[in-house]
Amino acid sequence: MTEKFPTNEQLKNKVGWKEKPIGGAVTRTASALENKTGSWRAFRPIIDEKKCINCAFCSAYCPDNAIPFKDGKREDVNLEYCKGCGICSKVCPVKAIEMKEESEFHK
Amino acid sequence: MIMAEKIVPLTGNYAIAEAMRQINPEVVAAYPITPQSSIVEMFSQFVSDGKVDTEMVRVESEHSAMSAVVGASLTGVRAMTATCSAGLALMWEIAGVASGLRCPIVMAIANRAISAPINIHCDHSDTMGARDLSWIQIYCENAQEAYETMFLALKLAEHKDVQLPVMVCEDGFITSHCVQNVKIYDDHVMRNFVGERKSVDNLFNFENPIAMGSIELQDYYFETKRQQQQAMSRALKVYLEVGNELSKVTGNDYGYVESYKMDDAEVAIITMSSSAGTTKTVVDRMREEGKKVGLIKLRLYRPFPHGEIRRSFKGIKAIGVLERAFAYGANAPLLSDVKSAIYELSEKPKLQSYVFGMGGRDLLEEHVEHAFNELLAGKTVKEEKYLGLRE
Ligand code: SF4
Ligand code: SF4
Repeated sequence: MTEKFPTNEQLKNKVGWKEKPIGGAVTRTASALENKTGSWRAFRPIIDEKKCINCAFCSAYCPDNAIPFKDGKREDVNLEYCKGCGICSKVCPVKAIEMKEESEFHK
Repeated sequence: MIMAEKIVPLTGNYAIAEAMRQINPEVVAAYPITPQSSIVEMFSQFVSDGKVDTEMVRVESEHSAMSAVVGASLTGVRAMTATCSAGLALMWEIAGVASGLRCPIVMAIANRAISAPINIHCDHSDTMGARDLSWIQIYCENAQEAYETMFLALKLAEHKDVQLPVMVCEDGFITSHCVQNVKIYDDHVMRNFVGERKSVDNLFNFENPIAMGSIELQDYYFETKRQQQQAMSRALKVYLEVGNELSKVTGNDYGYVESYKMDDAEVAIITMSSSAGTTKTVVDRMREEGKKVGLIKLRLYRPFPHGEIRRSFKGIKAIGVLERAFAYGANAPLLSDVKSAIYELSEKPKLQSYVFGMGGRDLLEEHVEHAFNELLAGKTVKEEKYLGLRE
């Protein structure tokens, strides 16, 4: 799942300077979906389901929208996008989220 | 409609503030710094007196001033500011953001030395240091030029082929604080001239939403910078177009350079801003003595008009490059640009670098005359020379 830096071959297929919108403007909505920030993660949030009071704070504060909140219920962390910043863990009022070293999951 | 021009005694700073009043930008954010302060002081007076509709944002630093005008500009409105010296240095990070995000901000500069030693007087170290920030730079000889250039700068910045920020530079104290007679054109005429900003892609266009300021790494940054280079080369053409339009209002010329008594000149001086005025006086006197001397006053410094400089110096025996800035450990900034411009001439004029006026040291007529006499005598050397320096 680790994203590699783009190869020369991949870069060639991207749009050239004449076609690109100026000033680095992003003219398509939701293009952040293409940037899987999960590859940056050094710590993984682990939610203790027993402690969680379903308050939605973590979901609201997550800068990458990686904790979905649907139909009044917090869902699992989307690890493709969770970059491991730990904000969810800080804001959780009942300390239900523990940040664990990512390396522990790759043994 | 009557063209109610009037002649008013104004400092360079008040002339610039007057231009800003006529432009009536949506947002001005600024922080005071000598010798720029009286531009935004006068402008905030206009705001309090209800003479403009501008949202004046009083910020806590120049870094914030530039941040605020970048934010405003990205919503598609006109945003302006003014600074110099340490203020420009503190803006540095966001000044690069302004050009990178293609914000057509116009910023007036009252050129001032860079500390240390602390010095509030004029030289060009501040803006010369910023010459590679992808800002257009225009240098003005006097208050009148500074006033008129503000209008030119705004239309140039906002032109669809350009969309880059512009610094309008006047000499700190020498121009910024000396009172001169300035011809102020009618408000309606000038407001008509600048019209409204026509911005298509901006953060307040909710029909076509965009995001600005996203990260670009190895995949796209290079392409974005290449676009800025293209915009700079387009700015050369647009500068003349907008200048021609402004000529129709003022009757004045807005070439890349002002060519003064160059037709049969044997030797010439090139310089920028107020020193051009001193040089003109010396040219007139030496011409009376039958000496064939001339002046190229450079207005547009970035983008640099290589072709025009090359044409201007064709057939000239020796050029003196007089400038108010060092490039420590290298050729002084204007010298290296002039040198690269004349490289393609088959018969290259001799070149002499003269650095003068650091920290506001006066450039006297005899300094200029001395330089002309050295050029006429063919006494040019590879080393930089200094005018007005105690040995
Ligand atoms: S660690 Fe950061 S990115 Fe991951 S879910 Fe928590 S707030 Fe979101
Ligand atoms: S912030 Fe904590 S308690 Fe609230 S929903 Fe998230 S994990 Fe549960």
